Amino acid sequence: MSFLIYDDVAERVERLDIPFNRYGYDSFGVSKQHLKYFYSMLTFFYRHYLTVTVEGIEHVPDRGRCMVVGNHSGGIALDGGMVVNSMLLEREQPRLVHGMADKFLNSIPFTSVWLNRVGQLTGLPEHALQLLEADRVLMVFPEGARGTAKLYKEQFSLVRFGTGFVRLALQTRSPIVPFAFIGGGDAIPTIRNFKALGHLLGVPYVPITPYILPLPRPAVHCHIVYDKPMIFEGTGSEEDDIIEGYVEQVKSKIADLIERGRKTRDTTVAIRMGRKIEADEEGRT
Amino acid sequence: MKILITGMSGQLGRKVAEFMHHQGHQVIGVDRRPWPDPPRGVEMYNVDIRKRPAEDVFRTRRPDAVIHMATVTHFTTAADERFRINLWGTKAVFDYCHHYGVKQVLFVGRHTCYGAAPDTPLYQNEDEPPAAIATFPALSDLVSADLYAASAIWRYPEINTAVLRLCYTLGPSMRGTLSNYLHGPRVPTVLGFDPLFQFMHEQDAVFAIGLALLSQLRGVFNVAGPEPLPLSVLIRATGRTNIPLPEPLFSLAMGRFGFPKLPLGAEEHIKYPIVIDDRVFRKATGYEEAYSADQTTQAFRYS
Repeated sequence: MSFLIYDDVAERVERLDIPFNRYGYDSFGVSKQHLKYFYSMLTFFYRHYLTVTVEGIEHVPDRGRCMVVGNHSGGIALDGGMVVNSMLLEREQPRLVHGMADKFLNSIPFTSVWLNRVGQLTGLPEHALQLLEADRVLMVFPEGARGTAKLYKEQFSLVRFGTGFVRLALQTRSPIVPFAFIGGGDAIPTIRNFKALGHLLGVPYVPITPYILPLPRPAVHCHIVYDKPMIFEGTGSEEDDIIEGYVEQVKSKIADLIERGRKTRDTTVAIRMGRKIEADEEGRT
Repeated sequence: MKILITGMSGQLGRKVAEFMHHQGHQVIGVDRRPWPDPPRGVEMYNVDIRKRPAEDVFRTRRPDAVIHMATVTHFTTAADERFRINLWGTKAVFDYCHHYGVKQVLFVGRHTCYGAAPDTPLYQNEDEPPAAIATFPALSDLVSADLYAASAIWRYPEINTAVLRLCYTLGPSMRGTLSNYLHGPRVPTVLGFDPLFQFMHEQDAVFAIGLALLSQLRGVFNVAGPEPLPLSVLIRATGRTNIPLPEPLFSLAMGRFGFPKLPLGAEEHIKYPIVIDDRVFRKATGYEEAYSADQTTQAFRYS
């Protein structure tokens, strides 16, 4: 096994409930070998660079289609990566989570290949539908790029939610598992977004942090809270106000989860800090 | 059934003719190119489909069904000639079919008409517009022919018209778009891109065309084979060497250093996938591929 792959990650990738062909690819072009590298990279961030804790992950079903829907924060989609990784590491039955990558990413060399090989397909309604019909887990950030563009001080707020995800859930009869991600804004504290620079580089915007580059700060503690699946009845072709009502329910649920998650995280961090201070004092005496 | 095949002397045309003949149908062929040794009982007319003698074949032989395969897909033919054969030839064939009481027409088209771009979805179905006209302008004649053929469904409602959009074929004949691309020992790709490629064994393509005709299909249908594979895997499986070239060098290197000469726009089809959803066709005809991806690549490799 390559030194870039963690053994336990590789073992969990082997246990994924994905029909790989004899070449190690599935029908969407997801590759087992690429997944091992990808998850190992995420795991390094998950365990060592940041520390991520999780609660309520058992609410995601062991098999069958499902949408995990949550809040975005922190410049680049670091939160997405950590959610994807939590579903591999923290569950009895690991699950591959498919995100929806921004369209411009598919035209960048290497990024294009890697995103496709690890199941992060281009964000198109057709892909979302196909993945759910294939009984996969789809991760949706209804705030989209507006969500990652939140500044440090806005990190716990929610901006406007798109409504497409609820229609899709109704159409495919998929349960929605809401989650809150706490700490994205602490890991990448955006102070300003440069849109004009982004246009030059072919990206929506370039987030700037106090240390300029939008790279995650080390040793930030993140926390993910999943909650019970929300199931709505319907066909997906309802009037806008009905759909918006459902979207509002999901949004307020996520807002509650953010509050809950912040408390849990602050307690955890306080306990850790306390231990550290105690240890330091012991060292001094 | 009396079946007329246009473009019968092509690799796929010959195989379809043999298959239909073997199934006990009366087969008549029209092609500019010769086929000196067709199976006994297969009539071959060496005429151009856009000319009077071709119409004479329709008038005197009165076929029940027509399989229209007389389209040029390679780019060695000049653009205006391609347009004349592909678009005007298709028009001529449908006009003859209408005048001489043909009941069933199959247009054999290509899945490449959907085009490839960074935001094309995987598993495109028949409702998607043919975007190749923008991404790959050199294919515009084939896209027009495909759309024109489909328009026969409402222009000539008395004819059962079916447009088949076949994915790449591969097999021992070593002919066709994908075979030409994979021909040499070294296959150029664009560095940092590795799209899914969808291909089927040429014998499966023949079988699918036969099934489509016998099922009296009407409408537009995607036809594919086994699960798609990444281009790099396909290249390795066919025993070739993948030469990834940085994008700026790619177009410069084509036609040189033993690499195939590719037309403008072909690059997009090597960077991004064209993957079609053929569930409608499978459901309508009961088609299932007989050859796996392995068998198909090996058949190509060892022929």
